[in-house]
Amino acid sequence: MLRATLKSLLARKLRLVLSGLAVVLGVMFVSGAFVLTDTLGRSFDQVFSTAYSQTDVGVAAKPKVDVDEFEGEEAAAPFPTSTVDKVAAVPGVAKATGFVSTDGARLIGDNGKAVTSFGPPQLGESWNPDDGLTELREGRGPTADNEIAINVTLADAAKVAVGDKVGVLTREPRQDFTIVGIFGYSGDRDSLGGVQQVEFTPPVAQKLMLGETGVWNGITVKAASGVSHDQLRDDIAAQLGDGYEVKTGQQLADEASGALKQGLSFFNNILLGFAGVALFVGIFLILNTFSIIVAQRTRELALMRAVGASRKQMIGSVLIEAVVIGLVASVLGLGAGVGVGALLAFVFGSVGGGLEMASVGVPAAAVISSFAVGLLVTVVAAVLPALRASRIPPVAAMQDVATPDRPLTKITVAGAVVGAAGGALLALGLSGNAGDSTLWTILGGVLVTFIGVALLTPLVSKPVVSLLGRIFSWSVPGKLGRLNSGRNPRRTAITAAALMVGIALVTGVTVLLGSAKSSITKLAEDTINADLVISGAQSGPRPPSFDPVVLDEVKAIPGVRAATGTYGDLGEVNGDREYLTAVSDIAALKDVYRAEPSAGDIGTIGPDQMLVDSKTASDMGLSVGSRLTVQLSRGDAQTYTLSGIYKESDLYGGFVLPVQATKDFAIPQPTQGYIQLDPGTTASQVEPQVDRLLADSPEVSVADRSKFIEQQTSGFDQILTMIQILLALAILIAVLGIVNTLALSVLERTRELGLLRAIGLRRAQTMRMITVEAVVISMFGAILGIVVGTGLGAAVVRALKDDGITELVLPWSQMGLAVVLAAIVGVVAAILPAIRAARLNVLGAIAHE
Amino acid sequence: MTTTVARDTHVAARATDVWKVYGTGEAQVVALRGVSAEFERGRFTAIMGPSGSGKSTLMHCLAGLDSVTRGQVAIGDTVVTGLGDSGLTKLRRDKVGFIFQQFNLLPTLSAMENILLPLSIAGRKPDKAWFDTVIATVGLGDRLGHRPSQLSGGQQQRVACARALVARPEVVFADEPTGNLDSRSGAEVLAFLRRSVREYGQTIVMVTHDPVAASYADRVVFLADGSIVSELFEPTPESVLDTMKRLDVLSGEAGV
Repeated sequence: MLRATLKSLLARKLRLVLSGLAVVLGVMFVSGAFVLTDTLGRSFDQVFSTAYSQTDVGVAAKPKVDVDEFEGEEAAAPFPTSTVDKVAAVPGVAKATGFVSTDGARLIGDNGKAVTSFGPPQLGESWNPDDGLTELREGRGPTADNEIAINVTLADAAKVAVGDKVGVLTREPRQDFTIVGIFGYSGDRDSLGGVQQVEFTPPVAQKLMLGETGVWNGITVKAASGVSHDQLRDDIAAQLGDGYEVKTGQQLADEASGALKQGLSFFNNILLGFAGVALFVGIFLILNTFSIIVAQRTRELALMRAVGASRKQMIGSVLIEAVVIGLVASVLGLGAGVGVGALLAFVFGSVGGGLEMASVGVPAAAVISSFAVGLLVTVVAAVLPALRASRIPPVAAMQDVATPDRPLTKITVAGAVVGAAGGALLALGLSGNAGDSTLWTILGGVLVTFIGVALLTPLVSKPVVSLLGRIFSWSVPGKLGRLNSGRNPRRTAITAAALMVGIALVTGVTVLLGSAKSSITKLAEDTINADLVISGAQSGPRPPSFDPVVLDEVKAIPGVRAATGTYGDLGEVNGDREYLTAVSDIAALKDVYRAEPSAGDIGTIGPDQMLVDSKTASDMGLSVGSRLTVQLSRGDAQTYTLSGIYKESDLYGGFVLPVQATKDFAIPQPTQGYIQLDPGTTASQVEPQVDRLLADSPEVSVADRSKFIEQQTSGFDQILTMIQILLALAILIAVLGIVNTLALSVLERTRELGLLRAIGLRRAQTMRMITVEAVVISMFGAILGIVVGTGLGAAVVRALKDDGITELVLPWSQMGLAVVLAAIVGVVAAILPAIRAARLNVLGAIAHE
Repeated sequence: MTTTVARDTHVAARATDVWKVYGTGEAQVVALRGVSAEFERGRFTAIMGPSGSGKSTLMHCLAGLDSVTRGQVAIGDTVVTGLGDSGLTKLRRDKVGFIFQQFNLLPTLSAMENILLPLSIAGRKPDKAWFDTVIATVGLGDRLGHRPSQLSGGQQQRVACARALVARPEVVFADEPTGNLDSRSGAEVLAFLRRSVREYGQTIVMVTHDPVAASYADRVVFLADGSIVSELFEPTPESVLDTMKRLDVLSGEAGV
């Protein structure tokens, strides 16, 4: 039995390869994600174990505000030199060295632009040649206050050399330094994990990176020989008390590496998401292939039954085929996944500035999940066809059992029920009542809705396919093609449904992102009242900022009525983490953002006063005169009195502090500037002058309002493009499905095709007939996908109405494009099956059984 | 599930007052009207009749491929009527062999593998001596390793015959076994079937409409309009043809 199964499998290997390809792609994503995470994870481990190899115990002050990975980065908390002395005095400490090392030192490269690192931090540090790690490659360390040394990675990125004079942006505006040295690390490494480093003399590092001299933000402790690191850590912690975090070097390395690995898991989830889409579409494909094969082998399967095979054996034989395909696809997918994972890790490492890669590893999880996913998907898809195979009566071996068109009632009812369940799940998720599992509820809802629609497709296919087909009915081959595509509604439907999934996802995402973009643009246009805006594109955890002096200089330009800068910081208000803002000129808030007062005075603000919006006020039960405790990134907590409440705005944050507070912001410089002009002055007159003033703040640029809004929303387009590229994969798999269905149909109709050719259908006509069938199926899938995707997208947009997505934008041109593309896809998919059909030997085909 | 009926060692298959009705109402077709027949062990019986006489239906019912509307069918001491799928599967494995008009060999398996298919499905080892006997009798010899597509029609049908015989079933049902063969190949197959009855005591029930084929049988049962209308022992092509003509006239008269 097994032998018969395997032999028949081997005989049909080509068509099974096609259906298995979807599984290969899905498994590739799954294993690729695991390989990537594993390889990068071990690379991080290596980097940090080196970085902390000379640290027995590390000391840092507790951050003033805890910040999550995705919110930004923690601001360094400075502490005085006396703390270093205190640690040095702890018994068992051989040596305690205070250091400055914190993100935010941006070197201005030879092209006048600030160098970006695309991820790894840009550290500004106090030079310590005795740390046991750095190796000077060229020159010497900084000894004067206008000297710096930089690492090789930064020197390469900035294209600078020893002796060059360069500008560096820190907490302070641009300052110029001379590069006196370039250093690397042992083992010929240019940096540890792509980090860019600027080394100052200690007082300069303190002033520029921490804001005042005589403070440090870390201590490296060397233990005396024979002293246990854990013991020493506990002793130091006991000595320093609460405000400090004391950890062993091992702990620090693990934590640093762990934080990065967590960041990776986000990337991982994206890959797994696309694996899910590929596999979901793959299920349709495999289900269809197996169904067709079972239908074609009716006589053969009936014979097996007649010579004594039991139902279980029939189910078993189909499932074994599925298992074999699943296994082969898993192996291929795993192999491809290892390649993809290694490639992505390599790209990731080189984009991140040269992370030294650990050897590519294939973790057990990659292997296990590859096989589990590959087998599960194929077997699940084969269950229905297997059951169908087991129901073939043995008598079918003797006669052509007419298989009447099974009524679509059952499948339609099932589709309606499943579709309704999916809709309900979606509604629950979108209503926001699903709590923590909102995302999963929505995803589940989408998935179940797809299955429901797929089940309803056979019913819909009849009228739609016949309508679509009329476009081609002007010729006899076209008419035959149309009739063929309507011949087996289930087969047509499931082939089209695979395409539907991909197109529906693309359409849904496009509707959602397009609506979001348009809503934000409209809001910004309605709200921002500025002629020119100064801002920059954020490429890392730190938003770009500029020298506040520029604002005063801009004000001096003739024709400029007002210039206002905004600052932002993540702090704590009454113990809750909140995003706080400040405006250089509070009166302009009213003007630039068209903020309207709701209570108190919002036109002025004293050094210990603050403003909130009406929503925050009502949420927190505040009124004018309420007192709030605010802890910013730096400094001590301070109490502010609420002096004014402005009407809620979606564009502007809830808390406004006086500009004096910005000295305790993690970034004490404005991140955006708004310029209003006198009537009669045009933006193009002022823009070049502002541009010149920003020469020393290369992270930002000036643009008129519409260009600014476009810049701010360009992120949506990038995300959209990325998602579309990845979803194109789902569509590719669906195309394979169409090819597969057609190829099998051609085979099935060999005799019929032979007859048509015998009575005079030309080769070209035969090919046209097959092509029409393919085009009708693919256009049907595209239209279905557009309808379903628009429905899903519109539902989500509607649900987000209260969150500011007020516009519903339907991507008409994209929809049109999708239908046209689908038609092209149909033509392409038909090429091989059509050629095959046209090449049939007429005599042989007629005699074919 | 298996009920033992009064064991009559002479009877390999038996139909008792079998009715078969397809469809309901207007579309109702009565294919068999109370057919009772016994098929003796070690005999070669042919079932004949014009198209639509119910001969194929009778065979399908006897073999347990189709259910009966009323009446009872038994193979050996097993009552087929009322058996569930697993019972029928067991019946097909142990007691019944089939030969089809279209040969129905699996194109992916070699002749040898096709012959052994029923045994391998049932998970049984072939009886070496009997296997050799069967192979020798069908006379395929060196062609056993060939695929069906590399064999002639007659050779393919002989492989199918060997497949039906190799499990030593109680009854072999043959459905127009020579329908797709030229007369010479057909004669070879029929001679082979007759030998297996004469020399090895195999029971064969064959449906055919060819008087020459029927003449190879020990007995011919004639069906018309779902009933047995005549019977002939030790037939010759001429006597079969005569009977058929007579029946034609009868049914022609009945039709008027």
